[in-house]
Amino acid sequence: MYRYILRRLLLTIPVLLGLTVIVFLIMSLIPGDPALAILGSYATPENLARLRAELGLDLPLPQQYLVWLGNILQGDFGRSYTLNRPVLDEVLERFSATLILAGTSLAICVVLGVVAGIVSAVRQYGWADRIITLLVLIGISVPAFWLGMLMILLFAVELRWFPVSGMYAIYGGGDLPDLLRHLILPATALAVVAAGVIARLTRSNMLEVLRQDYIRTARAKGLDERRVVFGHAFKVALVNLIPVIGVQAGFVIGGAVYIETVFQWPGIGRMLVNAISTRDILLVQGGVLVVAASYVLFNLCADLLQHWLDPRIKA
Amino acid sequence: MMAFIRLLARNRLAAFGALMLLLLLLLALVTPLLPLLDPNITDPANRLQPLFSEGHWLGTDQLGRDILSRLLWGMRISLAVGIAASLVAALLGSLIGILAGYFGGRTDNTLMRGIDMLMAFPYILLALAIVAVLGPGLMNALYAIAIVNIPFFARNIRGATVGIAHREFIDAARLSGKGNTRILATEILPNVLPVIVITLSTTVGWMILETAGLSFLGLGAQPPQADLGSMLGEGRRMMINAPHVATLPGLVIFILVMSINLLGDGVRDALDPRLKSGALSRPAPMTRIRRHESSGAAPQKSRDTALLRVDDLRTDFEVGRQRYHAVNGVSFTIQPNECLGLVGESGSGKSVTALSLLGLVASPPGIINGGDIHLHSRHQPSRDLLSLKPREIRHIRGNDVAYVFQDPLSTLHPLIKVGDQLVEAIRQHQPLSHPAARELAVKLLGQVRIPNPEQRASQYPHELSGGMRQRVGIAMALANDPELIIADEPTTALDVTVQAQILSLIQHLREEKGTSVLFITHDFGVVSQVCDRVAVMYAGRIVEIGPTQEILDNPRHPYTQRLIDCVPRLGEPDHEPAAIPGLPPPANALPAGCAFAERCDLAEPRCREGNIELIATDKERQVRCIKPLGLTAKISEGIEHD
Amino acid sequence: MIEPLLDISGLSRTFGGGKRWFGLDRPGVHAVQEVDLQVMRGETLGIVGESGCGKSTLARMLVGLDTPTKGRIFYEGNDLQAMIRDDRRALSRHIQYVFQDPLSSLNPRLRIRDILAAPLRHLRGLHGHALETRLAELLEIVNLRPEFITRYPHEFSGGQAQRIGIARALAAEPKVLVLDEPVSALDVSIQAQVLKLLKRLKSEFDLTYLFISHDLSVVETISDRIAVMYFGRIIEQAPARQLFQSPAHHYTRLLIASAPIPGGPPIVAESSDAELPDPLAPPSGCAFAPRCPQAQEACRARRPLLEAFSSQSKLDTSNIHRVACLFPAREPLSRDSRTSVDETSR
Repeated sequence: MYRYILRRLLLTIPVLLGLTVIVFLIMSLIPGDPALAILGSYATPENLARLRAELGLDLPLPQQYLVWLGNILQGDFGRSYTLNRPVLDEVLERFSATLILAGTSLAICVVLGVVAGIVSAVRQYGWADRIITLLVLIGISVPAFWLGMLMILLFAVELRWFPVSGMYAIYGGGDLPDLLRHLILPATALAVVAAGVIARLTRSNMLEVLRQDYIRTARAKGLDERRVVFGHAFKVALVNLIPVIGVQAGFVIGGAVYIETVFQWPGIGRMLVNAISTRDILLVQGGVLVVAASYVLFNLCADLLQHWLDPRIKA
Repeated sequence: MMAFIRLLARNRLAAFGALMLLLLLLLALVTPLLPLLDPNITDPANRLQPLFSEGHWLGTDQLGRDILSRLLWGMRISLAVGIAASLVAALLGSLIGILAGYFGGRTDNTLMRGIDMLMAFPYILLALAIVAVLGPGLMNALYAIAIVNIPFFARNIRGATVGIAHREFIDAARLSGKGNTRILATEILPNVLPVIVITLSTTVGWMILETAGLSFLGLGAQPPQADLGSMLGEGRRMMINAPHVATLPGLVIFILVMSINLLGDGVRDALDPRLKSGALSRPAPMTRIRRHESSGAAPQKSRDTALLRVDDLRTDFEVGRQRYHAVNGVSFTIQPNECLGLVGESGSGKSVTALSLLGLVASPPGIINGGDIHLHSRHQPSRDLLSLKPREIRHIRGNDVAYVFQDPLSTLHPLIKVGDQLVEAIRQHQPLSHPAARELAVKLLGQVRIPNPEQRASQYPHELSGGMRQRVGIAMALANDPELIIADEPTTALDVTVQAQILSLIQHLREEKGTSVLFITHDFGVVSQVCDRVAVMYAGRIVEIGPTQEILDNPRHPYTQRLIDCVPRLGEPDHEPAAIPGLPPPANALPAGCAFAERCDLAEPRCREGNIELIATDKERQVRCIKPLGLTAKISEGIEHD
Repeated sequence: MIEPLLDISGLSRTFGGGKRWFGLDRPGVHAVQEVDLQVMRGETLGIVGESGCGKSTLARMLVGLDTPTKGRIFYEGNDLQAMIRDDRRALSRHIQYVFQDPLSSLNPRLRIRDILAAPLRHLRGLHGHALETRLAELLEIVNLRPEFITRYPHEFSGGQAQRIGIARALAAEPKVLVLDEPVSALDVSIQAQVLKLLKRLKSEFDLTYLFISHDLSVVETISDRIAVMYFGRIIEQAPARQLFQSPAHHYTRLLIASAPIPGGPPIVAESSDAELPDPLAPPSGCAFAPRCPQAQEACRARRPLLEAFSSQSKLDTSNIHRVACLFPAREPLSRDSRTSVDETSR
């Protein structure tokens, strides 16, 4: 077990390095001169040359990468020219807002999805199954950003149950209840698609597991159905679902980009979209890198969790 | 292909989706021909007209452009981009997946590490990064979405290919002189194609959503060009004053994607063979019973000592309109401490008979259509098992009657330690504390001669050898001191030396505990080792039943005799195994009369008529044949008129 | 001395293993170890062993589906690996293979015509009319009706599918057929049909068979000579009758004593903790020693070599009875000898 964890941790290092290579390459592929892009129209030849040297742009590409990587490892992601503050500060601040949103949303969609999937499998072809199947179909077909807008129109504008947008009220907000009030709509909107996918896979997984010989054995022992479904079938289905949840976490973080835009949530998705429009390359670079790296770590945890739950997987 | 379309059409939801999609596609195709306003002509005077206004059915947007016209033109673009991106992703992803899956090794490693790299980015983030490089624009959004979806295809297709590349027919093709390219094109591709189509049909909708998403963020279609996503994005600013500007494009996306997903699910269901065979439907906790009336054979005579009496049991499998008669009127009894063997070839109904006894036949498609099963256990009066409530059946399962199944690897729960599986079986029927049950479990493991039972109890099934696992299976069956053990081919999956150990264990336990055993097997050698009496099954019926040695020495039914003659006998190399020509009749089209008549060289016309009953020939023997072997014609005449 | 058709010497196959990070040796699984075996022209050589003994790996190496880690195989005096390097197809024209699972060895998406035509086209260069004639001929050879040719594999029963598998192997007009458990997946009544067919084909086409099975009785009915494998090695090898009359290795005796015969004497079971050795940490001496009722100190210390035990003819090397045991059993096995084994094991 410990050897497996160690091995998995070691294997993560090349993935993270690979990430930095991809991000670095993507950014150096951007047509035009990054220094010019950073300085914009105020660039003087001297300033340009100085910035180039600062960024190491006069070096050959592999060397540039090493310099860049060295800076990254020291926490130096450069300065955002549009915001005029260190990229890392901005990214971390925005990312924590995204984590609150995406984390809540992931919790909602896992709970909803798994419960709906089990009900649907256990009551296969019954009314509950049909209704859930229909809801799942709607869930995976609806554009999240549109759903968000409809929710704002209904719950915030018409019914006034929740605030329209933002993370905290501008006046007098800032405490936890305030955050929760702002969180519910966007987190729910974000959870819908992933909940649909998880429900679907839970259902098919449960059905598959319920067909297995060891379920027949459990019944032959005289176990009651609740025990068969939860004690035996769900145990296996859950292990199979963990990687699915890992992938869905990626969709949730990605989907946050839309939801943050719709709900004006000060997260990293909105930051990235703005940075792309304003061509703030360093900000894009830093944001992508931090999000991707944390996603890799998240999947590492999912992997270890699965390994812990399933003794069959050997190191 | 026709069968596929028919299957698809039978699925009403999918048909509805297909129809909707067809309509939308048609609409998109004829859009340039329709008498619509130019989608890009602005008319600031008429901006933000509401729905159903003069000249603009669906109103106008913030620049006074006709929303209906823009919706149709936008849908054209969204569809085109979504489908194009899907095709690109499917093509590249499948190519990578097939190559990686087929060649394996280093190729696989290199390709899949690259794919893993792409997967390391949370989905849309990678698309954003790509758009950041290429710059906003519709084509760039298309590329980004396609690239982002390549891993999805590559992984799915690789999985399917790996499953096929290791099948024996690929080796066979190689030995037939086919090279790699030919094998990929003619052996692998036809098998992977359904997976590609399924993956494609379930992702197109998703891809349309994602391209719309990029446009919504302003990174896809650039003004004045507009797809549904960018219309939604622009309309968002007027969300509160003029909600229709934004909600309408969203609605169109939703309907479009929904119809594609409906169709996609239908395609998946039609192509997945498991769904056709009903293999994905949930088996009920108990086999369905559709018995018209208890046949009345019921009340056992007081002098009847049988532990189990089965009368005219009928179990069918109903798949679609076909009805397969797996068990077709089986009757037998088991006395206390007796071992009855149930022998037959595959498809003879022996296992289904065994599983029917406690309602363990998977249902759907299984259904018990008739018969009586009487269990007369120590403490209880005789009960008809088919009329008990599920709760009462559960109380018998694993308690009065226990099962041992064939393959101990697939029949033990893979994620529960064997000790805990035993404890669970014990505590279901005995009011013991966990430590007490645990102690009993270890004792049981010792009883089935597992060395180090204490330590083995905390291992998982995969950590044990096949023989050890079957011992665990037997220990589990013994947990509550059952009166009857039903052993369904318990040694078939084992090596012959391990089989010998397991058989001797079963014998030993039977002597020690006085348990009765119903032993299902296809192997006459095993039968002659452990069974007191044997019932030979053919096409869902017992054709002969009686004491084992007598049947082996003097089979009365031609099938029994020929089956025994088929078996090569060790130490008798000159005994030429005699083949039985032909095949058993299909279970959904059983002939009248004797089911074996077709393959029997003694058959005559009356063998193929009516219903041939099981008749008693000797004191303890019965045979289902109108002219049993080894009896003089006179005797057999006499029996017939009995 | 007669030249063997297939001459296998020192053949080994190791799976996995190799170097790990930090230069540590990773143990590999030795599926086949130092196997020496001669197959004579026209004979049926049976190879018997339980699951995991390496018999299938050996078979796959003979047709080039697997590559030996060590050792060589000579076919008619030519090195098999060299033949494969020059032209894989040449080997397939000489040695063909029949698979265990008849259905999974037929591509479910191809018609029988395409399955059978592949070897004719690629190995025999047949086209057009000649191909059609030969296809019809092949079906007739294995007793299948001509109209079957347009059907898909799932429309066939196990026995029929295995006939198709045999027809495909014969299409290459090979001299040697490697039969890997060809009847294990079939019901006994069908098994007898296929065995009968195989016997007929052998004499009709002058074939040499390598018949691999876990079932002693099946091997006995079809083989001229039998090699018994245990844990990757051949532990005994003898003409079929001799092997069953007086098996010398205690493992062979155990196998025979364990096989239940209809109406036969009661089988004998060894004590319960008999298990196969750990393939990653094989014992140093005889691999069977931990289970062997006759094992002595010497058996655990050194591994016995496969050596001549007795022979009927000094000229014909193939008929020598060889055994890899330090203390082989010498008394013949009588019908009631099961009890004698029983006594020794107690």
